[in-house]
Amino acid sequence: MGTAVAVDGFQLAEQFKRSGKRARRGTFLLVLPLLAFLTVSFILPIASMLNRSVEDGTVSQILPRTAAALRAWNGKGRPPFSAYSALADDLVQAQLQDSIGKVATRMNFERAGMRSLLIKTARVAQTFEPPYAQAFNAVDLQWSDPEVWGTLRHASALHTAGYYAAAVDETRKADGTWIEKPEDEQVYIMLFQRTLWIATVVTLLCFLLGYPLAYYIAHQSERTRNLLLILVLLPFWTSLLVRTTSWIVLLQTNGLVNDGIALIGGEGARLELIHNMTGTLIAMTHVLLPFMILPTYSVMLSVPPQLTRAAVSLGATPWTAFWRVYFPMTLPGAAAGGLLVFILALGYYITPALVGGRTGQMISNMIEFHMKTSLNWGLAAALGGILLGGVVVLYIAYARLIGLNRLRLG
Amino acid sequence: MGRTTTIIIAAAAAVVILAGVLLFMLGRGSETAVNDLDKEMSDMALPSTDAAAPGAAPAGTLAGRSLVVVSWGGAYTKSQIEAYHKPFEAKTGVKINSVDYTGGIAEIKVQVEAKNVNWDVVDLEIADAQRACDEGLLEKFDAGILPPAPDGTPAVQDFVPNGITPCAVTSIIFSHIVAYDSTKFGTNPPKTLADFFNVKDFPGKRGLRKTNPKINLELALRADGVPGDQVYQVLSTKEGVDRAFKKLDSIKNNVIWWEPGSQPPQLLADGQVTMTTAFNGRIFDAQVTEGKPFVIIWDGQLQELDVLAIVKGTKNLDAATQFIAFATDTQRLADQAKWIAYGPARRSSLPLVGKHAIKGVEMGPHMPNAPQNSANALQIDFLWWADHQEELNQRWSAWLAK
Repeated sequence: MGTAVAVDGFQLAEQFKRSGKRARRGTFLLVLPLLAFLTVSFILPIASMLNRSVEDGTVSQILPRTAAALRAWNGKGRPPFSAYSALADDLVQAQLQDSIGKVATRMNFERAGMRSLLIKTARVAQTFEPPYAQAFNAVDLQWSDPEVWGTLRHASALHTAGYYAAAVDETRKADGTWIEKPEDEQVYIMLFQRTLWIATVVTLLCFLLGYPLAYYIAHQSERTRNLLLILVLLPFWTSLLVRTTSWIVLLQTNGLVNDGIALIGGEGARLELIHNMTGTLIAMTHVLLPFMILPTYSVMLSVPPQLTRAAVSLGATPWTAFWRVYFPMTLPGAAAGGLLVFILALGYYITPALVGGRTGQMISNMIEFHMKTSLNWGLAAALGGILLGGVVVLYIAYARLIGLNRLRLG
Repeated sequence: MGRTTTIIIAAAAAVVILAGVLLFMLGRGSETAVNDLDKEMSDMALPSTDAAAPGAAPAGTLAGRSLVVVSWGGAYTKSQIEAYHKPFEAKTGVKINSVDYTGGIAEIKVQVEAKNVNWDVVDLEIADAQRACDEGLLEKFDAGILPPAPDGTPAVQDFVPNGITPCAVTSIIFSHIVAYDSTKFGTNPPKTLADFFNVKDFPGKRGLRKTNPKINLELALRADGVPGDQVYQVLSTKEGVDRAFKKLDSIKNNVIWWEPGSQPPQLLADGQVTMTTAFNGRIFDAQVTEGKPFVIIWDGQLQELDVLAIVKGTKNLDAATQFIAFATDTQRLADQAKWIAYGPARRSSLPLVGKHAIKGVEMGPHMPNAPQNSANALQIDFLWWADHQEELNQRWSAWLAK
């Protein structure tokens, strides 16, 4: 907090400090509602999401005796006999309380086929008699596989690293060793890489397109400037869906752009511009461009034009004057714009979903899939957690390397 | 500086606690209010508060109640409003609010877990309904109250196989079919699913549904020559799944992937694809209402069921139960087929299917379960998918992304 350096004696500094404090307290009261709003609508949901990615009490609540019995087992060799009888009891209870489906669905996230295995075993568990191990095997031989019990054991812990492991394409064997998923099921690491790549390329494209445009706008007369700014802002007032779908109209195989290309290069020259990575890059760059232009533009306005003139009059070529004097002064704006664009791009999902086809999908599309379709919220939360962690790390790295005080939004 | 920070943190903590308490009280307040209201209403409606036999309540007592019925929107919801909602409102005095959604059970799960249920009846794909039922998100449905067919056949025998599940009652059969633009193939149009994978003789891009492996894997195997009754047997083995993916590999780079059901007819109309998988009702709309030159290949169609179910914890259980029993009776299901080309789930409804309400087209030949269309049909096995979707979804996403 900006404590004034005492220049005119101790007392003045003290007074200044006190009045500053009072003013701060007043300001704080003013932002209280916002703070409360942010807490309820932002901090709490994120905390609960992060919690969901590591905590899952479904199995330990519905199958408590099994959870206790399996805790005593180290995952090597055969499970203890107590686990069989405990599971038999738990399954009878779960069947009675109608909670078997819940635990079966949860277990199916961990291992394919567990759903029907549990449901069908629970249906007959009431008739089980010792020796339980044989009773289980009589229902389905899968129960003789220690891996099945290992999966149960891992899932019965209240806290699990399983979702994060799954989010980086790892899985766990019964004895707790982590192994990579089979090659044809690995997808998340690749998608994280692709997401980073798309965000980087979009940020670069936005800079290449946005910086000259901001420069151009900043050096017009005030009237033209306002008109051009409205043109930049216009997309903001248009729905994101409308903007994205208009790109479909423009870029599709028989769209305007391709018609133009065909006119010049013949029918064979039509390009695949949409429903792939190209489509995602084009549409995202367009949607995010204003976030680059606006901060850059407003910082450019604050650069006194005399400076470049002075540089030129001191013998610099226009290029040197621009590169050595003007550009460094506008960099904080471009950096702020770049950070905005990059972070927004990391979490993009509507645009890639609509125009990305198969190869232009990002990690957020997977998160949406697990939230809405597969209902594996734990995994969705873990993927979101990694994304959030990545943004925080990038932000810290940025603060360390460039300095947040050098960020300017205008 | 240290003190200011402390004050800020303390104040923030106080705000959080306050907000929490406030929210808690607000939540409780409204809950008790609603509960009171609900109790009052059920006291008015029924002499006893015993809600265990909702179906037994006489219809007259429902007047003045309202139901939220959630469905997929568009022409489909319209068909339900015309065939179910309006006559049910007229008969019972219940007011029905129709809400659109995009499928899936995420929203139901949120409502049930938050104990803030404001949807009563939901129209679901049967696989989702099974899933939601397993997770305890739907009320159990007593099939005994479903009315028999006009000839006296009990409901359980009148519905299509698997049509009645513990939590849901099927209303329609829809079909995943391959459709093509007839102007693109001249005198040698495609006739089978195998032709869909034959890009050499039937050039052009293909449209496939991106959302999940269901349909796509079955389609690939059927096109590869697997008979309908062996598809799931084959898919249960690693080799079978590999075989399906290998078949899909053969057209992977010629596919445009679609998601919402409105997209395939659009892709065909725009010339983006020459052949695509689609919901049969969407293609029917394009053919009949828009006069597009699209043709459906019924051979090898994949049928799926769409059901009505009740959200767990609804405050209108009795009205919701009666609504479903009413909506899935023989006449209502036949009436619905006047508005949309999806097949009625009751066998007894099929002969009653008449002409399209606006275009006057005979609807019988457009039903997925009409005999001439369903000779080589396969019903999607939702129980099989409930078991295998996790691993196959994973593999599907990996295959798609690479």
